[in-house]
Amino acid sequence: MSATQARRYIGEPVKRREDRSLLVGTGTFVDNMTPLGTLVMAVVRSPYAHARITSLNLDAARRAPGVVAVLAAADLAEDWKAAMPCAWPVTEEMRNPPHYPLTDHPRYQGDGVAVVIAESRAQAKDAAELVEIEYESLPVLVEVAKALDAGAPLVHEELGTNECYTWVLETADTDQVIADAEVVVTRRYFQPRLIPNAIEPRAVLAVPGLVDDVTLYSATQIPHILRVLVAATLGMNESKLRVVAPDVGGGFGSKLDVYAEELLAVALARRLGRPVKWTEERSEGYVATIHGRDFVTEYTLAATKDGKITACRAKVHAAMGAYLQLVTPGVPLLGAWIYSGPYDIPNYSVTFVGVFTNTTPTDAYRGAGRPEATYVIERTMDALARELGLDPLELRRRNFITEFPKTIASGLTIDSGDYVASLDRLEELLGLEALRDEQRARHASGSTKQLGVGFSTYNEMCGLAPSRILGAIRYAAGGWDAATVRCLPTGSVQVITGTSPHGQGHETAWAQIVADRFGCDIAEVEVLHGDTSIASIGMDTYGSRSLPVGGVALWHAAEKVVDKAREIVAHELEVSAEDLEFADGVFRVKGSPEKEKALKAVAFQAWAAHDLPDGMEPGLEATAVYDPPNFSWPGGAHAAVVEVDTETGDARLVRYVAVDDIGKVVNPLIADGQVHGGITQGIATALYEEGTYDSDGNLQTANMLTYLVPSAAELPSYELDRTESPSPTNPLGVKGVGETGTIASAPAVINAVVDALSHLGITDIQMPATPERVWRAIQEAKS
Amino acid sequence: MIPAPFDYEVATSVGHALDALSADGDAKLLAGGHSLIPAMKLRVVRPTRLVDIGRLAELTYVNDVGTHVAIGALTTHAAVASAPLLEEHCPIVSYTAAQIGDPQVRHRGTIGGTAAHGDPASDMPAVLLALGAEMVVTGKGGERVVAATDFFTGVFTTAIGPGEMLTEVRVPKLGDSTGWAYVKANRRAQDWATVGVAALVHRDNGKIAGASIGLVNMGGTPLRAKAAEDALSSGASVADAAAIVGQGAEPPDDHAGSSEYRGHLATVIARRALEQALGG
Repeated sequence: MSATQARRYIGEPVKRREDRSLLVGTGTFVDNMTPLGTLVMAVVRSPYAHARITSLNLDAARRAPGVVAVLAAADLAEDWKAAMPCAWPVTEEMRNPPHYPLTDHPRYQGDGVAVVIAESRAQAKDAAELVEIEYESLPVLVEVAKALDAGAPLVHEELGTNECYTWVLETADTDQVIADAEVVVTRRYFQPRLIPNAIEPRAVLAVPGLVDDVTLYSATQIPHILRVLVAATLGMNESKLRVVAPDVGGGFGSKLDVYAEELLAVALARRLGRPVKWTEERSEGYVATIHGRDFVTEYTLAATKDGKITACRAKVHAAMGAYLQLVTPGVPLLGAWIYSGPYDIPNYSVTFVGVFTNTTPTDAYRGAGRPEATYVIERTMDALARELGLDPLELRRRNFITEFPKTIASGLTIDSGDYVASLDRLEELLGLEALRDEQRARHASGSTKQLGVGFSTYNEMCGLAPSRILGAIRYAAGGWDAATVRCLPTGSVQVITGTSPHGQGHETAWAQIVADRFGCDIAEVEVLHGDTSIASIGMDTYGSRSLPVGGVALWHAAEKVVDKAREIVAHELEVSAEDLEFADGVFRVKGSPEKEKALKAVAFQAWAAHDLPDGMEPGLEATAVYDPPNFSWPGGAHAAVVEVDTETGDARLVRYVAVDDIGKVVNPLIADGQVHGGITQGIATALYEEGTYDSDGNLQTANMLTYLVPSAAELPSYELDRTESPSPTNPLGVKGVGETGTIASAPAVINAVVDALSHLGITDIQMPATPERVWRAIQEAKS
Repeated sequence: MIPAPFDYEVATSVGHALDALSADGDAKLLAGGHSLIPAMKLRVVRPTRLVDIGRLAELTYVNDVGTHVAIGALTTHAAVASAPLLEEHCPIVSYTAAQIGDPQVRHRGTIGGTAAHGDPASDMPAVLLALGAEMVVTGKGGERVVAATDFFTGVFTTAIGPGEMLTEVRVPKLGDSTGWAYVKANRRAQDWATVGVAALVHRDNGKIAGASIGLVNMGGTPLRAKAAEDALSSGASVADAAAIVGQGAEPPDDHAGSSEYRGHLATVIARRALEQALGG
């Protein structure tokens, strides 16, 4: 029998097997599940950003039709064995005032003050209106920049300050190097608050079992971490809690958290002995789900006159919001090591000050810490280029890191990359000279449609990461992940992953990896995830970690299976294991290819266990837990071309070109999708989205009417390409891709807007570059 | 998400709808529902009864009535956008209908709904105002015709009285000498206009003999830019007329733009609309 051609799935644009059920509406989302007897929870939220409850009357609500229970903070105090968890106390001194799922002292608009449990959603909602609460309003602080002012209202009076922590990372003489530098550019930036808008709002269903157990279904990114922390907060035996993340409609970090509603639903399901469901309303999500960004950063670059950068320094004030959620204080740290970008900058200083404000808590939002870093670096690179009279790309080229692996001033080691290659390719695709000609022509003609070209060359660190490093920076969880590969007796393959996809396409990509290793048809590989009773160990999906950590764990598990199968075949064919080669799903004896055995047949043999080597356990499955030796370091070069209407101030994107280096690619279709979505979120930051509060702490952008999430209609088709620097730290050569687009794109767009207007003397535009902001900048420049 | 409780009644005729309306002072008519339902879901609006007129075929038509084209109040924006009679005789209406919201909105929303809702940020009311459209309001006592100028009385309020409903909109046929344009500035394709301008110009040998200008989102109601219209009639240039298009207006101040910015934006959009109308 001749060998069949090896199927190669890795690197191929295999269509996502997840999509059919999602597209035809047969996906299983939490809100689709309604076990018999399900009760519905509504949360009564504070309309005030800072207040103390002076009186509470729940009687009318309790008497309303269908109502089973109405509870306020005091009624549930006994249920919490610990305060809501923060898994990243970034310094020993960090202030973390305890907070609970309900409060009698709300500190942001939307803080939960009571819950109503009723037979139906409408009844819960109607009864929630009958909860009578009187508040004494307290002074409100909303602006990060004012948090540490003398006399600023205190979010947590008992702390005596709004400072949560100060965290510093610096090399010895950075301030001196900057003081002595030939050229110094310092810029101050505000990166506005962003509000995640996953297509599926959060949803929770807690179902009590018969043996004091609870199953918690949640639209979450982190079923495993959630299980640990819900059990800890409620003082439950962890083995009595099963967490299921079924189909989850996006997260972008907003579902990487332990939320009050998850804890409330479990506590109430246990109290009432009935399933309790809560589904977030879209407007509710604007106040009740974490926000992102809200950073004020002063960033300095020091350089020689010929454009060699000698030092960088960032001083950041970051909004925590009213409380610390799961990784709130750690968000700035996720960018802490890359404030030198893809450039070789020997002196380094980063200071983060986390501050409390009377706002919805912030937490990790796509890119988390790295878009905030890249934005200030890439904006300031352009400013430095102007200061030096250098072309912005020439300045970048003079400072790129060119040798890898490279230990950078912040102390970490970049695994691989080729920043020059990405930028070269970008320039080819862009046709920069023609664009510059067109730009000059429009300047000359005084056109009201000015053209701007902006760049962002970036790197980032993702794929959290070596557990030892995470421990050293005080993150509570590990950075490993787990996978099990199980060959069933009939020859099909079950993959169980500890990652928890919510749109990333793991069911497809993970099957590609295993089908390639086993030489089998991809349809024979089933990928299971997101249920702690099936995938009992895992570290979930966030921070672009799933492929470089979970995917690599999967590769190792598949290797273990092949190794065991090899032992079994060697035993049967009476040859040594080294004499067997494995290709296309078949073991063959080297030199005697007629002696062969298919992996599928080994699966049955291992199950029957009639003739296994002495001492070998029956069955053909293996689990691998993989702790990566390093972060993964994608990079690349992006360019935005914008047209600015100088009469109306309207800036529109006309082209967007991106060349990313994400190492080896498993599925280019999925990778492109990640890059498209990521770029769009960064463009949204640059031109559209901004969460704002008035001075009383009322969220002014509390719906999709006022918080402008752009659609495809506002955007051009992106022009994407890749260069490939495989990661040397894992056998697949892969890196993370989920956040690269968001990290890279915002500064490219703003640099383009500034470029379009630089002939008027404009050097900065506050994000988002709204028509009015651009118009005002033009008016100021004219006067 | 969940509206406050309400009763629901399907109207089988205009008479039935009027009866149902007059039986309950807090009843509201439901047509396309694209303004009403979101407000109800936020419990900002709490009608005690919804009278669903969405199935009244008798109010879905586009007819030639001599000097005017009559449009049934329940004609959807999509139907208005594709009506050959309007394309031939009053293309500013069909063009504007195609600019409203997004495809879902245009297939549910109706011309009567957008007029009766009286939202100063909606596209069509300013066009109807500029056209001098006639609004047919029906009550139990019969029909009355209200000029568009008298119809939009305040923010979300119109001349429709209690127990009455808008049943028809009549737009004048435009002659060959009338140029038109509707131009709006908005952030996202489906957003309400930050500012919109409907311009009708009466051309006389390449010059403007007279003009009618409607403004979107420049005040509490759709507005006519009288000062600019008068200036054009007296021979002012397009640029000079556009510069005073917002005279007397008190534009809103909101997330889409400050009052001052809207004042400026209107001058730019008006100039572009007038130039387009003159050229087209």
